[in-house]
Amino acid sequence: MTTAAPAKTTYEAVIGLETHCQLSTETKIFCPCSTQFGTEPNHNVCPVCMGMPGVLPVLNQKVLEYAVKAGMALNCDIARFSKFDRKQYFYPDLPKNYQISQYDLPIAQNGWLEIELVDELGSATRKTIGITRLHMEEDAGKLVHGGSDRLSGSTFSLADYNRAGVPLCEIVSEPDIRSGQEAAEYAQELRRILRYMGVCDGNMQEGSLRCDVNISVRPVGQEAFGTKVEIKNMNSFNAIQRAIDYEIQRQVEVLESGGTLSQETRLWEEGAQRTISMRSKEGSSDYRYFPEPDLTPIEVPLAQLETWRSQLPELPAQKRHRYETDLELSAYDARILTDDLAVAQYFEATLWAGAPAKQAVNWIMSDITGYLNTEKRSISEIALTPAALAELIALIESSTISSKIAKDLLPKLLSQGGSPKALVEQKGLTQISDSATLTALIDQILAAHPQELEQYRAGKTKLQGFFVGQIMKKTNGRADPKLANQILSKKLKG
Amino acid sequence: MIGQQDVQKVAHLARLTLTPAEEAQFTTQLGAILEYVEQLNELDVTTVEPTTRAIDVSNITRPDQQHPHPNRAQILAGAPDPEGDFFRVPKIMDS
Repeated sequence: MTTAAPAKTTYEAVIGLETHCQLSTETKIFCPCSTQFGTEPNHNVCPVCMGMPGVLPVLNQKVLEYAVKAGMALNCDIARFSKFDRKQYFYPDLPKNYQISQYDLPIAQNGWLEIELVDELGSATRKTIGITRLHMEEDAGKLVHGGSDRLSGSTFSLADYNRAGVPLCEIVSEPDIRSGQEAAEYAQELRRILRYMGVCDGNMQEGSLRCDVNISVRPVGQEAFGTKVEIKNMNSFNAIQRAIDYEIQRQVEVLESGGTLSQETRLWEEGAQRTISMRSKEGSSDYRYFPEPDLTPIEVPLAQLETWRSQLPELPAQKRHRYETDLELSAYDARILTDDLAVAQYFEATLWAGAPAKQAVNWIMSDITGYLNTEKRSISEIALTPAALAELIALIESSTISSKIAKDLLPKLLSQGGSPKALVEQKGLTQISDSATLTALIDQILAAHPQELEQYRAGKTKLQGFFVGQIMKKTNGRADPKLANQILSKKLKG
Repeated sequence: MIGQQDVQKVAHLARLTLTPAEEAQFTTQLGAILEYVEQLNELDVTTVEPTTRAIDVSNITRPDQQHPHPNRAQILAGAPDPEGDFFRVPKIMDS
């Protein structure tokens, strides 16, 4: 097909993420101060994290362990030889005027993680996102700006160094991401992995997980990257997705209208749902990195690496694959169940206690999740043990109780626990599946409602529902629904 | 050879304000130091591992155990301008 107008250029976005994750240690990375969040300002400080002259930082063993394990979970090569470096810059959130970080020899490099995008129909597409590097560094302090609610315009600032020296690992992705959705999924998968490992709580509101986005657009088919813009200040996965979608559109519009983009840092404004320019970046900053002379290099012995590798748990992607392949769950179900490790563990414990997978999934994803959402609780806080859930499911499977009775019992079991079997016996809720008993009962009901029976036989067959209701009412829901319906149908026809 | 522009850049990175006379003086002095160190380039180091540290020790770590500093108040008191529990710092950005 030929047209007079030139074909409209289509653009693609090239996106990479830099994620800072706070490692869940008791103490800071180089000193024995507490890492507790929310303590009064400058409570968790000492001469080391305050950068006093003559002090000696020493690496926290747990930080090294967590960083190495995170690197392994992200399929990275763990460095045979790694070291720390000083990154120099002047900003009052940094008491030493340099940050201890890792420059050319990070602890882990060349990894990947797999993201899974599920569409509306529930089918999953998988994509691998490369991990360039993972390194250890110290966090900076927090500034409160005085005289204005923003930095520009403030006449002074107040520094709180509780966070200075809190251990971070920075994880840099390859520019393999192409959309806001992929970026949000990458960040969520990263958080899932770190949470499964127990190395980071991933709380974005408290700043334990912070994502910066690098994004550029280019015409499809072009090899060279476009002008790169960095976006900061997104504190939810949703915000990451929307900030990227906004920025892609903005950059394309600038190019389409014949403009040029400048290399800059932009802030996501949650209220206005847009990005605004924060500062321009002319060339790369000169941080004058040099090896940190106060810390020794790291050469993790092979035996130690093997021990740490053997302690890695089954990771979210592995669990999803196993649930889909071995348990034949849908991609959607597998994804929901594995999102939170505690839920996955609860589900698996229910299976070990003998419950069939499908039924366990249904109970956990509908009634139990509903209860957790209303009560604002996590699955580890409910009184119903996985074994008791399996017992409840077994009672339904063996037709001892109907699933309606089971649903009625659930609130009590969730809040008070105990054995479903004992509760059923104590309350006399065992299902009535004896046909003689049900026949007698149905005869009684039909005799008590001659008018309705007459109407039914005159063609108002909808009234069958009325009779079923009467049966359930009389038996407190204990009648075996299938059997009762069979008998009722026969009796109604006369 | 180091030039006056390099000295200006280094001074800027270190937030130092130098007079033109000082710039000229430091250009000569730093040049002499660098020239002296450059003698090392005569050595063939192709087979030598890069040194990141003078002492041959690695893997020094400490256990993840808390030891709160006994005198935090003193740290705050040593600041030029404490304000309540905070360190007050001058204006950061010229608007």
